[in-house]
Amino acid sequence: MISKRIIPCLEIRDGRVVKGVNFEGVRDVADPVEMARFYNESGADELVFYDITASFEGRKLFTELLRQVAAQVFIPLTVGGGINSLDDFDRVLRCGADKVSVNSGAIRDPSLIGAAAKRYGDQCVVLSMDIKRVDGAFHLFAKGGREDTGMDALDWAKRGVEHGAGELVVNSIDTDGVRGGFDLELLDAIAERCKVPIIASGGAGCKEDFARLFMHEGMDAGLAASIFHLKQLLIPDLKAFLRESGIEVRL
Amino acid sequence: MLAIVDYGVGNLYSLSSALKALSVQHCIAKTPEELHMADRIILPGVGAFADAARKLRQSGMQEALVEDVGAGKPVLGICLGMQMLFEASYEYGRHEGLGLIPGEVCPLIDDIEPGLKVPHIGWNRLDIVKDDPLFRYFETGRYVYYVHSYYAKRCREYTLATSDYSIPVTGAVRNGSVYGTQFHPEKSGEAGLMLLKAFVEI
Repeated sequence: MISKRIIPCLEIRDGRVVKGVNFEGVRDVADPVEMARFYNESGADELVFYDITASFEGRKLFTELLRQVAAQVFIPLTVGGGINSLDDFDRVLRCGADKVSVNSGAIRDPSLIGAAAKRYGDQCVVLSMDIKRVDGAFHLFAKGGREDTGMDALDWAKRGVEHGAGELVVNSIDTDGVRGGFDLELLDAIAERCKVPIIASGGAGCKEDFARLFMHEGMDAGLAASIFHLKQLLIPDLKAFLRESGIEVRL
Repeated sequence: MLAIVDYGVGNLYSLSSALKALSVQHCIAKTPEELHMADRIILPGVGAFADAARKLRQSGMQEALVEDVGAGKPVLGICLGMQMLFEASYEYGRHEGLGLIPGEVCPLIDDIEPGLKVPHIGWNRLDIVKDDPLFRYFETGRYVYYVHSYYAKRCREYTLATSDYSIPVTGAVRNGSVYGTQFHPEKSGEAGLMLLKAFVEI
């Protein structure tokens, strides 16, 4: 059967990896190409790159480093950040991305999901969502988690899948950076409504958090950044632990 | 020289990079002439069957490919490239394939256990059912990367390896010099590179 995936996430600004805590304050960790090689060798199942650069120069730097990663690392690469049009899909797919993740771009123009799915296939379109509890409801946030859209996140996820999103990245702003475990309540609510692979993001602090995640039905992958980047959790150790816990992982 | 068939479908960068990493000389063939010069061929593909099959036909590459197979050149179809080697596909209607391997391409959703997700995305163990030079550097049970919603069936005689997704999903096939993999060897890490290496040596 399909194994559970462990996915390090690399947020890139001006060609360097950064990772925010609760989306505020970023610090430089390492060179993205070196880091991608390290993760490939340590058994990561996939890599996610988010381009958080705003400038044109930064964007060019990003696609160049993506090409370098894709020339050396032969596992699936998902790319997001600044994806607003089919031209943006094209730009990153030509540089070796396998899947493209849309977030704010799809909120602004929901037809982007369907148009991309039609051109590149459902499997290529990943809908990434930043979600936070507001007055007891799950709200969808835009612009890197800074702006409350007021939309119901669970409805949005369902609509995204209906339009052709082949996978969902569910990032909980409430648990992000806190390292107290994934937001299982939110994830279960999404899994109940959406029958596409779900990548859980936000909150992983230890290997037990991943085990708890994968015990829940409908969870396909766990994504994390700083605990991997800072080598507080090594993927071979994590995978060995998951396998001992009876969870199928690729070793 | 190995040729990757370029018929305007999908992104060849990763496949080309994987071959480069293996130090395999190769070219991107856009014309029948370029294809005929090669001594072996990889047929990639992503997207929808009907669209890709039409592009392959209209580019003139289909005819050239079938001629080269007739001459005994090894061919490897990857993902949708593999599916097109079969007689037909039932992805949104019935569409003719190249007919180089007996069998048909059908929706996974009709045959797998209810509740399992489609597309079948992720890493799955590849179990060898028939030994072959393709597996010279590959041990049974290693994980390979799949992304697909349709799979080849009624092709048991030609099946080299399968992956379990409540049913044995056709993973690798062979008919004479024509090979195919449903998974992506160029995205399957070291295990995938070793399959490509073996194909180049066949």
